[in-house]
Amino acid sequence: MAKTKEMTNNNLLEVKDLKISFKTDEGIITAVDGIKFSVKRGQTLGIVGESGSGKSVSTWSIMRLLPKNSIIDKKSSIKFQQKSGKVVEITKFKSNSRELREIRGGEVALIFQEPMSSFSPVYTIGNQIMEAVLQHRDVTKEEAQEIAIDMLDRVGISNPAQRFKQYPFELSGGMRQRAMIAVALSMNPSLLIADEPTTSLDVTIQAQILELMNELQEELGMSIIFITHNLGVIAQVADEIEVMYLGKILERGTTNDIIHEPQHPYTQALLKAIPRLDTIGERLTAISGDIPSPLSRPIGCPFYTRCEKVMPGICDVKMPEPTQLSDTHTVYCFLYEEKNV
Amino acid sequence: MTTTDLSTQEVQAPITQMESEEAQRYYSASQFQLIWWRFRKHRLARTGALILLTMALVGLFAEFVGPYSGITRVSEAVLVAPQAPQFCNDDGCSLRPFLPGITSERNTETLRMETKIDPSVRRDIYFFVEGEEYKLLGMFKMNTHLFGVEEGSIHLLGTDSLGRDIFSRTLLATRTSLSIGIIGVIIAFVLALVIGGVAGYFGGGLDYAIQRLTEIVRVIPVIPLYMGLAAAFPKEWSSTQVYFAMTLVLALVGWPTLARRIRGKLLSLRGEDYVIAASLAGAGPSRIIGRHLLPAFMSYIIVDLVISFPFMLLSETALSFVGLGLRPPTVSWGVLLQDAQTVRAIEQAPWLFIPALFVIVAVLSFTVLGDGLRDAADPYQVSG
Amino acid sequence: MSDTLLEIKDLKVYFPIRRKNLFSGVTQYVKAVDGVSFHIEKGETLGLVGESGSGKTTVGRSILRAIEPTAGKVTFNVDGETIDLSTLLDKELRVFRKNMQLIFQDPYSSLNPRMTVRDIIAEPIVAQKLAKGDEVDERVREAAALCKLNLEFLRRFPHAFSGGQRQRIGIARALVSRPQFIVCDESVSALDVSIQAEILNLLMDLQKEFGFTFLFIAHDLSVVAHISKRVAVMYLGQLVELAPTEDLFYTPKHPYTEALMSAIPEVDPNQEMNPVNLSGEIPSPINPPSGCRFHTRCPYVQDICKTDEPKWEEIEEKHFVTCHFANTLTLKGAKMPPSVDAA
Repeated sequence: MAKTKEMTNNNLLEVKDLKISFKTDEGIITAVDGIKFSVKRGQTLGIVGESGSGKSVSTWSIMRLLPKNSIIDKKSSIKFQQKSGKVVEITKFKSNSRELREIRGGEVALIFQEPMSSFSPVYTIGNQIMEAVLQHRDVTKEEAQEIAIDMLDRVGISNPAQRFKQYPFELSGGMRQRAMIAVALSMNPSLLIADEPTTSLDVTIQAQILELMNELQEELGMSIIFITHNLGVIAQVADEIEVMYLGKILERGTTNDIIHEPQHPYTQALLKAIPRLDTIGERLTAISGDIPSPLSRPIGCPFYTRCEKVMPGICDVKMPEPTQLSDTHTVYCFLYEEKNV
Repeated sequence: MTTTDLSTQEVQAPITQMESEEAQRYYSASQFQLIWWRFRKHRLARTGALILLTMALVGLFAEFVGPYSGITRVSEAVLVAPQAPQFCNDDGCSLRPFLPGITSERNTETLRMETKIDPSVRRDIYFFVEGEEYKLLGMFKMNTHLFGVEEGSIHLLGTDSLGRDIFSRTLLATRTSLSIGIIGVIIAFVLALVIGGVAGYFGGGLDYAIQRLTEIVRVIPVIPLYMGLAAAFPKEWSSTQVYFAMTLVLALVGWPTLARRIRGKLLSLRGEDYVIAASLAGAGPSRIIGRHLLPAFMSYIIVDLVISFPFMLLSETALSFVGLGLRPPTVSWGVLLQDAQTVRAIEQAPWLFIPALFVIVAVLSFTVLGDGLRDAADPYQVSG
Repeated sequence: MSDTLLEIKDLKVYFPIRRKNLFSGVTQYVKAVDGVSFHIEKGETLGLVGESGSGKTTVGRSILRAIEPTAGKVTFNVDGETIDLSTLLDKELRVFRKNMQLIFQDPYSSLNPRMTVRDIIAEPIVAQKLAKGDEVDERVREAAALCKLNLEFLRRFPHAFSGGQRQRIGIARALVSRPQFIVCDESVSALDVSIQAEILNLLMDLQKEFGFTFLFIAHDLSVVAHISKRVAVMYLGQLVELAPTEDLFYTPKHPYTEALMSAIPEVDPNQEMNPVNLSGEIPSPINPPSGCRFHTRCPYVQDICKTDEPKWEEIEEKHFVTCHFANTLTLKGAKMPPSVDAA
């Protein structure tokens, strides 16, 4: 463990040994089990995974927005470089501390799947954006209103001055998602966490939102963590991709690495399982079996119960160590481990 | 994997993980098992259920448990304070509990009868003693009581101004009050189930009409309604008639709230995918109601029943307390508390309030029991 | 046509909006489905795509009469007989239901949590008394086995299962009465990618073996493309295009189909997405636009589109479209696979 206060490689965020569990009636469930990742400045990290992969939990922990029954393991480390240049350890913050509020307010912002529930139904959209602006910037009310209208305009909402006065239920799903992005961006964050932001939208609207996010990133230079289950979406937005399964990262690489040269059997299978328009009529290659419940997580590699290339006696004993295939491409699989040794 | 081969090998997907016996049991557990398992974890509710069960049993066998009938007057023991059984006195100790004797004499200045404890007399308490004759459950002639003394009298909770044993009377009152609550709740429930059920299942104009009717009944102020109805009972009615009239009054006031809840629940259930699936499977209304709606409903019905009990108990007690409900010689908690209305009672015989404790304990027990049941009633919330 | 199983003619489903107060007598209607006609051939899968609010789910449900259609005719050819579904009385309809089934979207809410898997699957045959005694169990076991469910599961309750397995239970329930026609309403959209592929394969296998006819409703074009022989595209309560799958995807004739296709994110980072930008939002189905319903958002809009309603025309063999300029516009379809390019 490096004890330097500087971040390596122009990283904005470094997460190490992150382990998050939940106390439930049925016992302790580990949702994220010792993962490691980092986000570079101005880049988009995509995290793909199916249900139960822990993709949301691992990123919501960056803002410490986890339910009360969650336990972040003591060894976990989430290092974040603030705008001031100071590197802070987010896991050390007390909940509701001033430092944490600073992170949530001006440094890291979150947009998620259901835009309706993120707005209060009793205030206008404009009011809620203004509120956010007033809290995080030293401006007058009039200036805040101007900024808010400008924000609405920037996220592609037509007639922003009029929309400013509307209530959330008066907007369509796509518009609400744009407004949520406006709220998130109004605090000028250096990291935006987008948790399935387009999943509940229609394809045509989804395409617009993705385009908008790409544009805004170029303009504002923020980093994005984009979480989705849709490989098509992630291929379009991410610079780097991480593949998660049952609380573990199985493969990490640039978008090209993952989409064109997937190495982990899970990534390969996942790519083959998606129906694509250029393969109409071909039979899909399904992954057999079910995703195990987090309560009965397999020992060893979490994917071995469904893996076609499973090696009994190896895969079901312990989790494989990471194998560096290239500068950018890492895979956690015993098939590649020998090459490393 | 071959593509179209559906024959033998692939047919049975393996049970993937080693399943513990507990998991197996959980997977094939029915709704009521799941509810019971969750209810068992709720300690407070279990305590409530136990208390209520005890009360019900004691009420049922009131004549056997209590040493006297509700109307027996012991003239030498008027306004006796509660007596606690003791094991020791100045003469030494014994294993058999006993009570000191009571003597009464007229106070020469106030001319009132006054009772005094006479510690020199020792009245041993025996179990299963013979005493006044009664009919157990109204059928079996018996004269054995759970406990009693051979000479003198025993008043664990004291006596009232007529020398009647409060302990025995409270037990009888428990029976009356609980049973009036039960019958009231059941009548209200049948009404609510029919009216709310019709509104919720058929919807449309019928629903609209029933909704308005419910609202009209709901806006009538409860207390004047009670008073009006109760005052209308003819004086010459027997206590049994008054008793049944009371249950009807309680039910008539209680049903609209329940009917609304049932209607709302039914409406939301009717739109559930699995109910639509059943109708698409060709199931007729009776099958849909019997197999899908009612079972989904049972847990709510039970919870609602339990939760509406305290309302019934308190209504009965309040009405009888102000003299509009049951009348002596019927004993109910409310009737007993009538004796405690005067300042004199508070000053001289605070034990006349003891029946109020029973009311409080019963209401609290119903409330915690209802809470526990409600938490357990929807076992699918967590397990998904 | 002799091998037509289902014929839908001018189907309309309007939902009245409740009056706001007692005194204003005007009732407005949400025109969820507004004049839809198509047929489904025996043994084929017809895909029906559209965005939210297009009315695709309502089409599926009103064909099954889970929702009563406002107007239109649905005829069903079964065992050489032609049956007009819309005229069946409640009782007759209940008896007829064994011929058609629905597979739901949500594998959680569509199974009664209080019934065992066996009872859930058996419902269609028990409710209509299609089988008795041991035969019920036999048929339940048969259906469960077809859906690759472990027979051990039959004693259990739905809370024991994951989404994929629950969906298999739902499919088994749909199969048990040996229906001819099954509506799949977004039946794989709630599932994870890896599970979705398996369910799609299962449905295709079952069709091959038993010749089921599917109406496959979904918002995901790639999924629909995979399973369907022909695909219909819906917009604001009407069909805009219907064609054999490959024709529709590779040579779309309606601007809306083109826009939908261009918006699918490619699973290839080197392939820039270039979505056709549709202006505005889906208009309200209470007051649909005049003329062509798509004119408010169409990038190729002309004056005539705003006033004249285009006709539902067969411009190529089996390729139907509603657009004034279907023959003149050159639209971009999906990228063809290399093999088709060569041919």
